[in-house]
Amino acid sequence: MSETIHEFTTTIPHWQPRVKPIKLDEATPEQLDALKVTPSNTKVSDYVLVLANDVETLKVRTPLFNAIMYNRGGMSRAEREIGATAASVVNRCVYCAAVHASRYNQLAKDEEVMKRIFADGEDADLDPRQSAILRFATRLSKAPSEASENDMQALREAGLNDEEILDLILSASLFGWANRLMHTLGDPVAKQD
Amino acid sequence: MSEISLNDVVIAQAGIEPGTPVHRALEGRADVMEMTQATHDAALKPNDPGGLSHALRAALAARIARLNGDEALAEHYDGLVEDAGATEEITDIADPRAPAPSDGWLAAVTAYTDLVAARPRDTQTGDIEALKAAGVSDADIVRLSELNAFLAYQIRVIAGLKLMRGAK
Repeated sequence: MSETIHEFTTTIPHWQPRVKPIKLDEATPEQLDALKVTPSNTKVSDYVLVLANDVETLKVRTPLFNAIMYNRGGMSRAEREIGATAASVVNRCVYCAAVHASRYNQLAKDEEVMKRIFADGEDADLDPRQSAILRFATRLSKAPSEASENDMQALREAGLNDEEILDLILSASLFGWANRLMHTLGDPVAKQD
Repeated sequence: MSEISLNDVVIAQAGIEPGTPVHRALEGRADVMEMTQATHDAALKPNDPGGLSHALRAALAARIARLNGDEALAEHYDGLVEDAGATEEITDIADPRAPAPSDGWLAAVTAYTDLVAARPRDTQTGDIEALKAAGVSDADIVRLSELNAFLAYQIRVIAGLKLMRGAK
Protein backbone atom coordinates (compact mmCIF):
# COMPACT_ATOMS: atom_id res chain seq x y z
CA MET A 1 0.00 0.00 0.00
CA SER A 2 1.33 3.40 -0.89
CA GLU A 3 1.39 6.20 1.65
CA THR A 4 -1.46 8.73 1.48
CA ILE A 5 -0.31 12.28 0.66
CA HIS A 6 -1.57 14.86 3.14
CA GLU A 7 0.35 17.99 2.11
CA PHE A 8 -0.65 20.22 -0.79
CA THR A 9 1.50 19.79 -3.88
CA THR A 10 1.43 20.66 -7.57
CA THR A 11 2.74 17.18 -8.42
CA ILE A 12 -0.38 15.24 -9.40
CA PRO A 13 -0.67 12.10 -7.25
CA HIS A 14 -2.21 8.76 -8.14
CA TRP A 15 -5.82 8.37 -6.93
CA GLN A 16 -6.52 5.14 -5.10
CA PRO A 17 -10.23 4.30 -4.77
CA ARG A 18 -11.82 3.26 -1.46
CA VAL A 19 -14.80 1.68 -3.24
CA LYS A 20 -14.90 -0.68 -6.21
CA PRO A 21 -14.63 0.85 -9.70
CA ILE A 22 -16.97 -0.82 -12.19
CA LYS A 23 -15.32 -3.29 -14.57
CA LEU A 24 -15.36 -2.03 -18.14
CA ASP A 25 -16.11 -5.49 -19.55
CA GLU A 26 -19.14 -5.76 -17.27
CA ALA A 27 -20.44 -2.24 -17.93
CA THR A 28 -24.07 -1.75 -19.00
CA PRO A 29 -24.79 0.07 -22.28
CA GLU A 30 -25.84 3.12 -20.22
CA GLN A 31 -22.54 3.09 -18.31
CA LEU A 32 -20.54 2.75 -21.54
CA ASP A 33 -22.46 5.67 -22.97
CA ALA A 34 -21.75 7.84 -19.91
CA LEU A 35 -18.05 6.88 -19.96
CA LYS A 36 -17.85 8.04 -23.58
CA VAL A 37 -18.69 11.62 -22.67
CA THR A 38 -15.60 11.89 -20.48
CA PRO A 39 -12.62 13.79 -21.88
CA SER A 40 -10.26 10.81 -21.86
CA ASN A 41 -12.23 8.20 -23.64
CA THR A 42 -9.50 5.70 -24.53
CA LYS A 43 -8.13 5.24 -21.02
CA VAL A 44 -10.89 5.53 -18.44
CA SER A 45 -9.56 6.50 -14.99
CA ASP A 46 -10.41 4.62 -11.80
CA TYR A 47 -12.13 7.77 -10.59
CA VAL A 48 -14.58 7.80 -13.50
CA LEU A 49 -15.07 4.03 -13.17
CA VAL A 50 -16.00 4.55 -9.51
CA LEU A 51 -18.46 7.29 -10.44
CA ALA A 52 -20.03 5.01 -13.06
CA ASN A 53 -21.65 3.22 -10.10
CA ASP A 54 -24.12 6.13 -10.23
CA VAL A 55 -24.46 6.38 -13.98
CA GLU A 56 -27.43 8.76 -14.11
CA THR A 57 -25.55 11.47 -12.23
CA LEU A 58 -22.25 10.85 -14.05
CA LYS A 59 -23.95 11.26 -17.43
CA VAL A 60 -25.03 14.83 -16.67
CA ARG A 61 -22.18 15.80 -14.34
CA THR A 62 -19.35 15.41 -16.88
CA PRO A 63 -20.72 17.91 -19.45
CA LEU A 64 -21.68 20.27 -16.61
CA PHE A 65 -18.12 20.14 -15.27
CA ASN A 66 -16.65 20.87 -18.69
CA ALA A 67 -19.06 23.75 -19.33
CA ILE A 68 -18.28 25.46 -16.03
CA MET A 69 -14.51 25.15 -16.34
CA TYR A 70 -14.04 25.60 -20.11
CA ASN A 71 -17.01 27.55 -21.55
CA ARG A 72 -16.02 30.53 -23.69
CA GLY A 73 -16.36 34.08 -22.44
CA GLY A 74 -16.71 35.30 -18.87
CA MET A 75 -13.90 34.67 -16.41
CA SER A 76 -10.51 33.54 -17.72
CA ARG A 77 -9.73 29.85 -17.40
CA ALA A 78 -6.80 30.61 -15.11
CA GLU A 79 -8.98 32.57 -12.70
CA ARG A 80 -11.59 29.78 -12.65
CA GLU A 81 -8.75 27.51 -11.53
CA ILE A 82 -8.15 29.84 -8.56
CA GLY A 83 -11.81 29.29 -7.60
CA ALA A 84 -11.42 25.51 -7.97
CA THR A 85 -8.18 25.45 -5.98
CA ALA A 86 -9.56 27.67 -3.20
CA ALA A 87 -12.44 25.22 -2.65
CA SER A 88 -10.04 22.26 -2.75
CA VAL A 89 -7.84 23.87 -0.08
CA VAL A 90 -10.85 24.50 2.21
CA ASN A 91 -12.03 20.92 1.77
CA ARG A 92 -8.45 19.59 1.89
CA CYS A 93 -8.80 17.65 -1.33
CA VAL A 94 -5.08 17.22 -2.01
CA TYR A 95 -5.68 15.51 -5.34
CA CYS A 96 -8.07 18.19 -6.69
CA ALA A 97 -5.78 20.96 -5.46
CA ALA A 98 -2.80 19.40 -7.26
CA VAL A 99 -4.66 19.04 -10.56
CA HIS A 100 -6.12 22.53 -10.56
CA ALA A 101 -3.14 24.38 -9.11
CA SER A 102 -0.90 22.85 -11.75
CA ARG A 103 -3.44 23.74 -14.44
CA TYR A 104 -3.39 27.33 -13.18
CA ASN A 105 0.40 27.34 -13.31
CA GLN A 106 0.33 26.19 -16.94
CA LEU A 107 -2.34 28.69 -17.99
CA ALA A 108 -0.89 31.66 -16.11
CA LYS A 109 2.76 30.66 -16.63
CA ASP A 110 3.35 31.48 -12.99
CA GLU A 111 3.97 29.35 -9.89
CA GLU A 112 4.06 32.01 -7.22
CA VAL A 113 0.27 32.41 -6.75
CA MET A 114 -0.34 28.75 -5.96
CA LYS A 115 2.75 28.55 -3.74
CA ARG A 116 1.32 31.37 -1.66
CA ILE A 117 -2.21 29.92 -1.58
CA PHE A 118 -0.87 26.54 -0.40
CA ALA A 119 1.23 28.24 2.27
CA ASP A 120 -1.19 30.89 3.59
CA GLY A 121 -4.68 29.94 2.34
CA GLU A 122 -7.21 32.77 2.34
CA ASP A 123 -4.61 35.30 3.57
CA ALA A 124 -2.12 34.66 0.75
CA ASP A 125 -0.38 37.83 -0.40
CA LEU A 126 -1.69 38.28 -3.97
CA ASP A 127 -2.62 41.23 -6.18
CA PRO A 128 -5.96 42.89 -5.28
CA ARG A 129 -7.97 41.13 -7.99
CA GLN A 130 -6.59 37.68 -7.16
CA SER A 131 -7.04 38.35 -3.43
CA ALA A 132 -10.71 39.23 -3.91
CA ILE A 133 -11.24 36.07 -6.01
CA LEU A 134 -9.43 33.84 -3.52
CA ARG A 135 -11.22 35.30 -0.52
CA PHE A 136 -14.70 35.00 -2.04
CA ALA A 137 -14.12 31.44 -3.27
CA THR A 138 -12.62 30.37 0.06
CA ARG A 139 -15.47 31.79 2.12
CA LEU A 140 -18.16 30.44 -0.23
CA SER A 141 -16.60 26.99 0.18
CA LYS A 142 -16.97 26.88 3.98
CA ALA A 143 -19.89 24.86 5.37
CA PRO A 144 -22.11 26.79 5.84
CA SER A 145 -20.91 29.41 3.36
CA GLU A 146 -19.28 32.46 4.97
CA ALA A 147 -19.25 34.62 1.83
CA SER A 148 -20.64 38.07 2.65
CA GLU A 149 -21.84 41.25 0.99
CA ASN A 150 -18.39 42.71 1.66
CA ASP A 151 -16.72 39.85 -0.21
CA MET A 152 -19.09 40.45 -3.16
CA GLN A 153 -18.37 44.17 -3.01
CA ALA A 154 -14.63 43.44 -3.03
CA LEU A 155 -15.04 41.48 -6.29
CA ARG A 156 -16.79 44.42 -7.92
CA GLU A 157 -14.19 46.89 -6.61
CA ALA A 158 -11.45 44.67 -8.03
CA GLY A 159 -13.08 45.13 -11.44
CA LEU A 160 -14.93 41.85 -11.96
CA ASN A 161 -18.08 42.15 -14.07
CA ASP A 162 -21.27 40.11 -13.59
CA GLU A 163 -20.24 37.42 -16.10
CA GLU A 164 -16.93 36.91 -14.30
CA ILE A 165 -18.55 36.84 -10.87
CA LEU A 166 -21.05 34.23 -12.05
CA ASP A 167 -18.24 32.04 -13.42
CA LEU A 168 -16.40 32.34 -10.10
CA ILE A 169 -19.50 31.29 -8.14
CA LEU A 170 -19.93 28.32 -10.48
CA SER A 171 -16.31 27.15 -10.46
CA ALA A 172 -15.88 27.41 -6.68
CA SER A 173 -19.26 25.71 -6.07
CA LEU A 174 -18.46 22.97 -8.57
CA PHE A 175 -15.46 22.05 -6.45
CA GLY A 176 -17.67 21.80 -3.39
CA TRP A 177 -19.06 18.92 -5.45
CA ALA A 178 -15.84 17.48 -6.92
CA ASN A 179 -13.97 17.61 -3.57
CA ARG A 180 -16.76 15.66 -1.88
CA LEU A 181 -16.24 12.84 -4.39
CA MET A 182 -12.46 12.79 -4.81
CA HIS A 183 -11.63 13.32 -1.15
CA THR A 184 -14.21 10.89 0.23
CA LEU A 185 -14.11 8.05 -2.29
CA GLY A 186 -10.34 7.66 -2.58
CA ASP A 187 -6.86 8.62 -1.41
CA PRO A 188 -4.08 10.57 -3.12
CA VAL A 189 -0.94 8.41 -3.11
CA ALA A 190 2.51 8.75 -4.65
CA LYS A 191 2.72 7.63 -8.27
CA GLN A 192 4.55 4.35 -8.75
CA ASP A 193 6.87 4.36 -11.74
CA MET B 1 -27.74 34.08 -25.07
CA SER B 2 -30.60 31.69 -24.57
CA GLU B 3 -33.58 31.34 -22.32
CA ILE B 4 -33.29 30.18 -18.75
CA SER B 5 -36.16 28.69 -16.77
CA LEU B 6 -37.35 30.58 -13.72
CA ASN B 7 -38.61 27.23 -12.44
CA ASP B 8 -35.12 25.80 -12.10
CA VAL B 9 -34.51 25.16 -8.43
CA VAL B 10 -31.44 27.38 -8.04
CA ILE B 11 -32.93 30.27 -10.01
CA ALA B 12 -36.21 30.15 -8.08
CA GLN B 13 -34.40 29.77 -4.74
CA ALA B 14 -32.05 32.67 -5.45
CA GLY B 15 -35.03 34.86 -6.40
CA ILE B 16 -33.68 35.89 -9.80
CA GLU B 17 -36.08 38.10 -11.76
CA PRO B 18 -36.15 38.73 -15.52
CA GLY B 19 -34.55 41.95 -16.71
CA THR B 20 -32.02 42.09 -13.86
CA PRO B 21 -28.23 42.01 -14.40
CA VAL B 22 -27.94 38.61 -12.71
CA HIS B 23 -30.65 37.20 -14.98
CA ARG B 24 -28.75 38.51 -18.02
CA ALA B 25 -25.51 36.93 -16.81
CA LEU B 26 -27.32 33.62 -16.25
CA GLU B 27 -28.69 33.73 -19.81
CA GLY B 28 -25.08 33.66 -20.99
CA ARG B 29 -24.69 30.40 -19.06
CA ALA B 30 -28.06 28.87 -19.98
CA ASP B 31 -26.38 25.53 -20.76
CA VAL B 32 -24.90 25.36 -17.26
CA MET B 33 -28.23 26.21 -15.66
CA GLU B 34 -30.04 23.56 -17.68
CA MET B 35 -27.47 20.91 -16.73
CA THR B 36 -27.63 22.04 -13.09
CA GLN B 37 -31.35 21.28 -13.09
CA ALA B 38 -30.69 17.95 -14.85
CA THR B 39 -28.19 16.94 -12.15
CA HIS B 40 -30.75 17.89 -9.47
CA ASP B 41 -33.20 15.51 -11.10
CA ALA B 42 -30.58 12.76 -11.49
CA ALA B 43 -29.48 13.00 -7.85
CA LEU B 44 -32.98 13.30 -6.36
CA LYS B 45 -35.22 11.29 -8.69
CA PRO B 46 -33.11 8.80 -10.64
CA ASN B 47 -34.85 6.08 -12.63
CA ASP B 48 -32.71 3.52 -10.82
CA PRO B 49 -32.40 4.76 -7.21
CA GLY B 50 -30.45 1.69 -6.04
CA GLY B 51 -30.71 1.37 -2.26
CA LEU B 52 -31.47 5.09 -1.80
CA SER B 53 -35.20 5.68 -2.34
CA HIS B 54 -36.45 9.00 -3.69
CA ALA B 55 -37.94 9.70 -0.25
CA LEU B 56 -34.62 9.09 1.53
CA ARG B 57 -32.72 11.21 -1.00
CA ALA B 58 -35.14 14.11 -0.50
CA ALA B 59 -34.93 13.78 3.30
CA LEU B 60 -31.12 13.76 3.23
CA ALA B 61 -31.15 16.77 0.89
CA ALA B 62 -33.41 18.68 3.30
CA ARG B 63 -31.08 17.74 6.16
CA ILE B 64 -27.98 18.96 4.28
CA ALA B 65 -29.73 22.24 3.40
CA ARG B 66 -30.61 22.75 7.09
CA LEU B 67 -27.05 21.92 8.19
CA ASN B 68 -25.99 24.73 5.83
CA GLY B 69 -28.56 27.17 7.21
CA ASP B 70 -30.71 27.25 4.05
CA GLU B 71 -34.25 26.74 5.37
CA ALA B 72 -35.97 27.78 2.12
CA LEU B 73 -34.11 25.12 0.16
CA ALA B 74 -34.81 22.59 2.91
CA GLU B 75 -38.52 23.31 2.47
CA HIS B 76 -38.23 22.60 -1.26
CA TYR B 77 -36.90 19.17 -0.33
CA ASP B 78 -39.55 18.69 2.37
CA GLY B 79 -42.01 18.97 -0.52
CA LEU B 80 -40.22 16.17 -2.35
CA VAL B 81 -40.21 14.06 0.84
CA GLU B 82 -43.97 14.46 1.03
CA ASP B 83 -44.47 13.77 -2.70
CA ALA B 84 -42.54 10.52 -2.29
CA GLY B 85 -44.85 9.37 0.52
CA ALA B 86 -42.06 8.92 3.07
CA THR B 87 -42.41 6.94 6.31
CA GLU B 88 -42.06 8.83 9.59
CA GLU B 89 -38.60 7.35 10.11
CA ILE B 90 -37.44 8.86 6.80
CA THR B 91 -39.27 12.16 7.29
CA ASP B 92 -37.46 12.66 10.63
CA ILE B 93 -34.09 12.55 8.84
CA ALA B 94 -34.93 15.89 7.18
CA ASP B 95 -34.54 17.59 10.56
CA PRO B 96 -31.01 17.52 12.03
CA ARG B 97 -32.42 18.56 15.43
CA ALA B 98 -34.52 15.38 15.65
CA PRO B 99 -32.76 12.34 17.15
CA ALA B 100 -30.74 10.65 14.38
CA PRO B 101 -31.31 6.95 13.66
CA SER B 102 -29.24 5.09 16.24
CA ASP B 103 -28.05 1.99 14.45
CA GLY B 104 -27.81 0.04 11.26
CA TRP B 105 -27.85 1.06 7.64
CA LEU B 106 -29.85 4.28 8.05
CA ALA B 107 -27.72 5.49 10.97
CA ALA B 108 -24.53 5.00 8.95
CA VAL B 109 -25.96 6.82 5.93
CA THR B 110 -27.12 9.74 8.10
CA ALA B 111 -23.84 10.03 10.02
CA TYR B 112 -21.85 10.01 6.79
CA THR B 113 -24.08 12.74 5.35
CA ASP B 114 -23.57 14.94 8.43
CA LEU B 115 -19.81 14.56 8.09
CA VAL B 116 -19.61 15.25 4.35
CA ALA B 117 -22.04 18.17 4.54
CA ALA B 118 -20.24 20.01 7.33
CA ARG B 119 -16.67 18.70 7.59
CA PRO B 120 -15.65 17.16 4.26
CA ARG B 121 -11.97 17.87 4.99
CA ASP B 122 -12.08 15.43 7.93
CA THR B 123 -13.29 12.41 5.97
CA GLN B 124 -11.02 9.36 6.15
CA THR B 125 -10.85 5.80 4.91
CA GLY B 126 -12.56 4.69 8.12
CA ASP B 127 -15.71 6.61 7.20
CA ILE B 128 -16.16 4.57 4.03
CA GLU B 129 -15.32 1.38 5.97
CA ALA B 130 -18.08 2.26 8.47
CA LEU B 131 -20.60 2.46 5.64
CA LYS B 132 -19.48 -0.90 4.27
CA ALA B 133 -19.65 -2.44 7.74
CA ALA B 134 -23.25 -1.22 8.06
CA GLY B 135 -24.12 -3.03 4.84
CA VAL B 136 -24.09 -0.07 2.42
CA SER B 137 -23.04 -1.39 -1.00
CA ASP B 138 -20.22 0.18 -3.00
CA ALA B 139 -22.70 1.47 -5.60
CA ASP B 140 -24.88 3.01 -2.88
CA ILE B 141 -21.81 4.67 -1.31
CA VAL B 142 -21.18 6.37 -4.66
CA ARG B 143 -24.86 7.35 -4.99
CA LEU B 144 -24.82 8.80 -1.47
CA SER B 145 -21.60 10.71 -2.17
CA GLU B 146 -23.02 12.15 -5.39
CA LEU B 147 -26.16 13.29 -3.59
CA ASN B 148 -24.06 15.00 -0.91
CA ALA B 149 -21.70 16.46 -3.48
CA PHE B 150 -24.50 17.82 -5.66
CA LEU B 151 -26.13 19.48 -2.64
CA ALA B 152 -22.84 21.16 -1.71
CA TYR B 153 -22.71 22.65 -5.22
CA GLN B 154 -26.36 23.66 -5.34
CA ILE B 155 -26.33 25.33 -1.91
CA ARG B 156 -23.28 27.42 -2.86
CA VAL B 157 -24.59 28.46 -6.27
CA ILE B 158 -27.77 29.68 -4.56
CA ALA B 159 -25.79 31.50 -1.84
CA GLY B 160 -23.54 33.14 -4.46
CA LEU B 161 -26.43 34.24 -6.67
CA LYS B 162 -28.25 35.74 -3.69
CA LEU B 163 -25.16 37.80 -2.84
CA MET B 164 -24.83 38.79 -6.48
CA ARG B 165 -28.34 40.17 -6.69
CA GLY B 166 -27.86 41.97 -3.37
CA ALA B 167 -30.31 39.97 -1.26
CA LYS B 168 -29.97 40.50 2.49
